[in-house]
Amino acid sequence: MSKFKKNKKKDAPGITTASLPDIVFMLLCFFMVVTKMRDADVKVRVRIPQATELQKLEKKSMVSHIFIGPPSPVYQAQFGSAPKIQLNDAFATPDDIMQFVNVERSAINPERHNEMTCAMKIDGEVKMGLITDVKTELRRANFRRVSYLANKRSN
Amino acid sequence: MAERQIPEINAGSMADIAFLLLVFFLVTTTIQTDSGLQVTLPQWVDEPPEPQDKNSRNVLEVVINGANQLAVEGEPGFPVESLKEKAIRFITNNGSDPTMSDNPKAAVISLQNDDGTDYSTYLGVYNELQAAYNAIWESEAQRRFGRPYQTLEKEDRMAIREDYPKFLSEAEPTRFD
Repeated sequence: MSKFKKNKKKDAPGITTASLPDIVFMLLCFFMVVTKMRDADVKVRVRIPQATELQKLEKKSMVSHIFIGPPSPVYQAQFGSAPKIQLNDAFATPDDIMQFVNVERSAINPERHNEMTCAMKIDGEVKMGLITDVKTELRRANFRRVSYLANKRSN
Repeated sequence: MAERQIPEINAGSMADIAFLLLVFFLVTTTIQTDSGLQVTLPQWVDEPPEPQDKNSRNVLEVVINGANQLAVEGEPGFPVESLKEKAIRFITNNGSDPTMSDNPKAAVISLQNDDGTDYSTYLGVYNELQAAYNAIWESEAQRRFGRPYQTLEKEDRMAIREDYPKFLSEAEPTRFD
């Protein structure tokens, strides 16, 4: 019997793939965490009306959201139940819109300012008086592309 | 005592399973795209423009009052469902009916609402008016090119819109306060 066994298996040790699932799970978790549907939580109740002549909102980064509706029950004790405007995360008045537009604009290359759209998510029961004030402010801020968000009505 | 090795569990397929999950999430996550009525607001002018003395036959007056009732050309209680058809007839009249527009380029639809109008009513009416224009452009596209409006080249679309321009003016809302 020789000291040096020649016929012992000489396979290359198998590469351990045990950590691969971890990496993939990390990816999975990353996607699940990062995929955020909306960046502002809506503090007003918005039941948007239905319409037929809809156009999809393109270029999400160019869209600023304005929500108008009665505050949701949690906030009603504090803010009452009259329709309010929500810009980003806070309730606002029409006077705040000018500043809001400027902040939104500052994030975007000046050449593309005319592509920016304001998505108005407005509850169907809101009275036009408030909306007209908002529209006037938007016009004053020269932010004129507006999309009235609505659900598709099936005929 | 002989060294007994625990056989290693083959975790190779685990990666596949995880990838499968990953792909499943990627495929099923439909990021909800909002859609809405696209509107371009008129430019802000500090001084209100001179009231234009448009020939009244070229103006289709649509008024919504605070009780969400519609009046078209002073005719109250107009049903929203017939508004699209009425607008189409008005725009494409080409002078045949003396109460309607001379030609599509002169036709203006004037929409006025009240401060107390519900947004849903307003949007419904706006939607019908937009639908009227869309229908006109669509039929014009079919007549000229035999193709749907949306598939046309940009200049062709522009040509159609030049012949049938969208003049939808929104008057200052009535306020009772």
